[in-house]
Parts: sequence; C-alpha cells; structure tokens
Amino acid sequence: MTMRPAQRLALFLLLAPAILWLGLLIVLPHVEILILSFSERVAPRVYAFGVGNYLEFFTEPLYWRTFARTAFMSILVTALTLVLAFPIALYIARVAQGRLKAMLLLLCLLPFWVSELVRTLGWMMLLRETGVISYALRSVGLANQPVELLYNDGAVILGLVYGGLLFMIVPLANALESLEPAVVEAGYDLGGSRWTVLRRIVIPHAMPGIVAGCIIVFMLTVGNFATPVLLGGKNGLWFTEQIYAQFITRFNWPQGAAFGMLLLLLSSAIVWLGLRLTGQSLGTTLKQA
Amino acid sequence: MAHSTDLDIVNVTKRFGAHAAVDDVSFSVAPGEFFSILGPSGCGKTTLMRMIAGFEHPTSGDIRIRGKSMIGVPANKRPVNMVFQSLALFPMMSVGENVAYGLTCRGVSRAEAEERAHRMLERVGLKGFGERRVTALSGGQRQRVAIARCLVLEPTLVLLDEPLGALDLKLREHMKIELKQLQGTFNTTFVYITHDQSEALVMSDRIAVMNQGKFEQVGSPRELYHNPATPFVASFVGETNRWQGEAASASNGAISVRLPSGAVVQGQGRAGQGALAFVRPEAVALAQDSGALGNLPNRFEGRVSAVLFDGAASSLLIDTVGFEQPVRAVLPQVGPLAGIEVGAPVHVGWTADAMKVFAA
Amino acid sequence: MNRPSLAWKLYIAAFYLFLFAPLMIVAIFAFNASPFPSPPWRGFALEWFTGSGTVFGKPGVLVDPIWLSSIGNSFKVAIPVALLAVLLGTVNAWVLERAEFRGKTFLAMMMLWPLVIPGVVLGISILAFFSRLANGLEDWLQTDLDFLRPGLGLVVLGQLSFILTITTLIIAARLRKFDRSLEEAAFDLGATRMRVLRTVTLPFLWPALIGAGLVALLMSFENFNTTLMLVGSEAPLPITMYGQMREGASPAINAVSLLLMLGVGGIAGVFALTSKAER
Repeated sequence: MTMRPAQRLALFLLLAPAILWLGLLIVLPHVEILILSFSERVAPRVYAFGVGNYLEFFTEPLYWRTFARTAFMSILVTALTLVLAFPIALYIARVAQGRLKAMLLLLCLLPFWVSELVRTLGWMMLLRETGVISYALRSVGLANQPVELLYNDGAVILGLVYGGLLFMIVPLANALESLEPAVVEAGYDLGGSRWTVLRRIVIPHAMPGIVAGCIIVFMLTVGNFATPVLLGGKNGLWFTEQIYAQFITRFNWPQGAAFGMLLLLLSSAIVWLGLRLTGQSLGTTLKQA
Repeated sequence: MAHSTDLDIVNVTKRFGAHAAVDDVSFSVAPGEFFSILGPSGCGKTTLMRMIAGFEHPTSGDIRIRGKSMIGVPANKRPVNMVFQSLALFPMMSVGENVAYGLTCRGVSRAEAEERAHRMLERVGLKGFGERRVTALSGGQRQRVAIARCLVLEPTLVLLDEPLGALDLKLREHMKIELKQLQGTFNTTFVYITHDQSEALVMSDRIAVMNQGKFEQVGSPRELYHNPATPFVASFVGETNRWQGEAASASNGAISVRLPSGAVVQGQGRAGQGALAFVRPEAVALAQDSGALGNLPNRFEGRVSAVLFDGAASSLLIDTVGFEQPVRAVLPQVGPLAGIEVGAPVHVGWTADAMKVFAA
Repeated sequence: MNRPSLAWKLYIAAFYLFLFAPLMIVAIFAFNASPFPSPPWRGFALEWFTGSGTVFGKPGVLVDPIWLSSIGNSFKVAIPVALLAVLLGTVNAWVLERAEFRGKTFLAMMMLWPLVIPGVVLGISILAFFSRLANGLEDWLQTDLDFLRPGLGLVVLGQLSFILTITTLIIAARLRKFDRSLEEAAFDLGATRMRVLRTVTLPFLWPALIGAGLVALLMSFENFNTTLMLVGSEAPLPITMYGQMREGASPAINAVSLLLMLGVGGIAGVFALTSKAER
C-alpha cells in the first residue's frame, strides 16, 4: 500500500521516540561496550584492537571463578525460589477464595515495592553479630556469645531467594489460575493420586509460568549487586561487583566492558536455553509476568 | 430542496488488493424507506456500509446523499450516522452525554444540547435516564441510546450494522418490532445490514440480497420470498427444499427436471443442462391417500422419518421414493395428519408454480 | 486439592512471617532510643526522625541535610523519569497497537529487550557511550558538556532506558482493550480527530497512564543497579543508603526506610484505587 506524505510524516513522528530510545540508550551503548571490550591499552592513552581483556578473564582465576560462582549460585537460587514459591502460588491460585486470595496476593506484592536496600537492611539487622537473632539466641540461653550469621554464602542465598520470591509467585499463580478445576477433578476421577495429578496435570499446565518465573528470577539474581555485596561482605564475590570495580574503582573500562559483555552473554544464554528446553517464546513468557 | 432519493450508490467497487469486496454495486434508497442489505458474513455488506459512513473509500464509483457526492467528504462531515454492531456507547460518559455528544461537536451550546438530548431520550422511552452510566443499562435500553444518539442529529440517513446481533432471542424479537416502530415515528431513512433473514424480512420495506460483493436481487420481502431471482436468494431467504437434476424438457417457462434417481418433477423457470429446483416446505401438500392430491403434477409416496416439533414452525422430514434427501414439509397443526408419527406412510405433492427452477 | 493439609497452612503462615520479618524489624528499630540499629530495646523515641542530634550525636532524618538532599535528588530523577516514561510510552504503545509498517515485529521485540539486560550492564554501556559522545562533542564544540557526564541527567536516561519498556507495555495493554468502534462512533457523530482523542481515547487510557506513571515513579525511586553506575556527586536515596549500610549506619536509616515504606504503601493504595476504577 502506498502512503501519502502526511501519513509518512505522522508515522515518522510516532516512531521517533522509539528509535531515539532504542538507538541512543540501548543499541549504540551496547555497540560501544562491545568495541570497548575488544580494545587493549598498548601505551598510556593509546588503545588497539585485541582480545586481551577476554584473555585476562580466563587467565586470572579470581575472575572466572567469580563468574562461575555467580552462574552456579544463581541457578541454585532460582531452583530454591521455585521450590519455595510453588506451594504458595498453588495455595493462592487454587485454594484461597475471594478476599483471602486478594489479600494473600497483595501481601506478597507489598514487600517488593519497597526498595531492595530496605529489605537487605532488614536481613542485616536480623543476621549480624549484634542483630536480633543473635540477641534472641543469647537471651534464651542457646548461645553464650554473639553469633555471626552474616557474611557467608547462606546469607547471600537467603537474601537472593527472598528477593526473587515475588517474581516467581506471580507468574506461577497466574499460570495455575488458568487451570480449570474440572480438569484436575477429572484427573482424580480417572484414578490419579495426588502426586500423579500434580506431576501429570498441574505442573505441565503451569510450565509457561514456571519458565517465566525462573527466567526472571535468574536474570534478577545474576545481575544483582547490593544483596551479595551487603550480605556476603568480602565473601560475597559476585560478578557484578567485578564490573563495578573495573569501571568505577580501577577505571579500567575496557576490562569492565569485557566483563559486562560476558555477563550479558551468560544471562542471555541461560534465558535462551531455558526457553529452548521448554519450547516457549520470549514474548509469551514475558506476558506471563 | 427535496430530492427524490436519499441515497444513491452508483457503480461502487471496493478492492482490497486483488479481491473485490464490493463489486460494481448500484442502488437507491427513497426518503423514509427501511432498506436492508442481507447477506452471509464476508459478502461485503459491512464494507459497503462503512463506505457510506465514510470509514472506507470506494475504489471507483460514486456515493450520493440527496444528490450530493460524498467522495472526499470525511465521516464527521457526512449527514449520515451509524449504529454500530457493538453499539459503541461511550463508557466514560453518562447516557445524556452520549446523546448530546454529536450536538456539542457541532458547536451547539451545552445547555441546549442537554435539553435536546433530554427530549430525544423521552421520545425513545428513556425519560429520566440521562444521568445513568451506560454500563448500568439493559441490552434493549443500550440499543435505544445508540439510536437516540444518531437521531438527535437529524441525519438524512441512519446506518445500522447488525445492532441486534448481541441480544438474546426474546429481546431480539421484541427489538425488531420496536426498531420498525421507531423508524416509523421519526420517518428517517434507515439502511440496515444483517445476516439474519428474519430480521430483514420483518422490518424492511425493501431488501437487497448480497453475495460475494454483488447484489443478487433487490425487492420487497414478499418478492424475495416468493419470486427469488437466483438460486442463492432462493436458498438464503427462508427455509426450502433443494434438489439438483437435469433439465428434461422445457416450454414457455414450464420445465421438467429429472432427478438422479430418474424421478421427474415439474416446475417453473429456466435451466440449461443442469438444473436446481426449490420448493418451500409450506408448498408441499400432504395426504393420507394419493387421491386427495390427484390434480397435482408432482405426486410422490413417502414415510415420515422425523417430526421436528417447534410450535408454529414445526416441520416433517419425509423419506420419499426418488429423492436422495428427505422432503421437508410443514407439520399440519389440525386435521387428520396433525398427530402423525415417525414411520407413518404419507403422500406428498406440489404444484408446478411452487417449484422454482434455475440453471445449476 | 481443595482441602489444604495443616502442614501446608503452617507453611503459608511461616512464609508470610518470613516475608515480613525483615521489614517489621526495620520499622520497629526506627523508634529505638539507641545510637545503634540493634537490640536491646532502649525505649521509644522519635529522635531518629526529628531529633536535632543533641542526644545521639547525629540528627534525625527530617533535619539531616544528607538525607534530605538525597530524597530531593531521588525526586529530581523520579519525576522527569515518570513524566517522560508515560509520554513516550504512550507514543510507543500507539506504534505497537495502531501503526502498520514493515519491521514492526522486530521493533516490538527490540522494545522488550531492555528487560533482559542486567541493570549493571545497562549502566556501564550508557556510561561508556555518553562519555565517548561527550568527549567527541567537547573536542568539536570546544565547550564542556557536563550533562553527558555521570550525574542526575544521566541517571534519568539510564532509568528511562528500561522503565520505558514497562510503561509501554502497561499502556499498550490498555490500548489493546480499546474498542476501535468507539472512536469511529465519535467521528461518525461529527467530532474532529483531536476531539475524538480528547473526549474518547484519552479518558479511556487515563487509568493506565496514571498506573504507568506510578509504577515508573516507584521503579525510579528504588532503582539501584543502573543508578550506581551513572551517579555523579549528587546521590539519590538508594545510593546514600548503600553507602551508609556499608559503613555501618545509625538508626536514621531505619527511619528513612520506614518513610519509604509508608510512601510506597500510599502509592500502592492509589494504584489499587485506580485499577479498581479501571474495572
């Protein structure tokens, strides 16, 4: 269909914000760090093309170990979040009715509209040596000296799982909600046990929600910064911290850019793999959330 | 100046790519007429209506309202208003604001617009509904608001796009009558499109039957029903028996058709090699012995295969020797055959005039 | 499955306790009359909200210039972000739902992309790109372009880069539900294009515009990852909080957190009301 000039102009004006946004804030900046990640400093203020930044990543154990640790812990956190959230989502979607249901969902949402830092502060106040749990243990006589629960992997995982719960519960509950009660009843009627009905009917139906939740939680976890740094302290060792260190502390932007590209690659790869393994598409997955 | 027609469609064609949605259609609508365009979905009737309203533009041809060409006139400047299929009442406005909307668009003062909207609501039987939300109305009330919203602008022409489609059966029957009465009181020209032949038959002064972008026939409801011009009209308007066969002999309008079984039926019409024959169920006479049908040219023996009881619209399916499909006839409500049961033998017959034959 | 077992119910109860424990602790200790944000409980005080600093050596939140200025900075970022995100998000939604052109599917995918990029990476890429831009332009124009350097302006752009996706999706979802025949009906009744937009389309979109604006406001207020990379000398609230938490904060941070929770609760209330009106 041919367009009149006025229509062309209108379309152009409508498209302008999107093109400016995606061009100036997304595409060009990513091209920039891609180029930056392949430049090496050969002399002060002189840069040349090279893969040195990526070589540095593979030769320095601290870097690739932190990377591997971040990836592994993020997968662990995602799995734990799924296991913890599933019974809650199932209860909200299929057991709770009317006002109770709305209440439970709203109560789930509330803590997550509060800043991540406030939530982390709460956990720090609970877990640290001078914190509430340590104090309570001493007052009831279960410990005779302050207990440090902060600055270990357990604290980091706890904080990250806590942060991911909502993003798992909402897509799960949405997916479970759409399962017709009659289908579940038919499953029992045909002789299924609780477990077979869950495994053969409920979980397959909730799959889009499970994938959506896992992808979102994984992305949030792998890209998190404050929680591992604050709850893990020196033992936090999160890859985003390395990016921050290269960019802001050491001012080694090419190295930081290479780390950024690797993080982007990792999160994209896992998202892609998740979608691929379960045969879902990104658009429908994001709609679940 | 008074013009003898309100709407003239002159050789209008609308193409979407290679497909002609409306193919060289011409017709005129007289002032005060209730004109319906009847056709199956996808026949192009909606496109035709949207061209009259100004939402689509014809590829060729002219649309004239009271003699003035509407080509290049945008929808908001045409003396035509439309009642949408979904009614499209503005949910963010009250009933009164909905009706006053068009007036305020014309620059009528707020007070006057409200006053006129109020009077219009009174005339359509919705006095005192002005402050209500449109969502708080029943289906029939919403219908009347949608029509009042158009009529308050005193348009030359009101277009109605299957506005009864969303209503349940009982209300639809009621609204058919109400719509016809409304049109009578306001004496406004209505152009109504529908796929429901009963709506068109009940309400219209004239009906155009549309199929695949073309008009098959334009005429009064009775003409269409009793003298269909094409096989499409014969089968689309009203219930009918339909048989396919070969033209056996023809003279002076009378024609014999040989069915695949070898049986021969006598009818009226014209056909080439292949022939299609149509008989209305109410034209099929029934009798317990063949003597009672002695003077009919078409007489057959059969056995009742099903009784489809539906009050006044009840019918019988009769397995008849020589016919592949059962013959459909109206179930007599009185007389010896009123209590007929499945399996009972029966004789059927019809006149040659009652059977319309077309080339297949 | 409709008869939940006792264990399941207990699990639900424990879960909600787990969910709210950290927030309750933060809120409670905002009122502790102690120089440290930790037990034991030393009595109720409002010192950490309004105290002048004579009692514990540090002033309360509402009089401390550090906190006040960072709250101010957060507003300086959040308000432009919310306004721009709603305005541009509406145009984008229009493109997604109404415009027809080649490459639309691709553009729609691109609009979703920012959601899959880690916030830190968004931050560094915008930082690096705008620094190069600033360097180039400064050499060429022989003038300082500070607004392209780390600072609140860049934070606005960085947050906008992904918040725009969210507002676009919210507004597009509402626009998709819009019955086009309403616009045609208004046009048919004689309204001009502008009038149709003003009297029919915008009133319909209104709840979504408010909702999207509030979501943008909240997301901007609490964003940390992207902001951290782009911030200059003026720190918005989350950056200040982070700094204080690393150093070991006074209970003033609890007081700030409580104010944040109340603010969020208030906005969530408005949001719930508008979404109810939407139905």
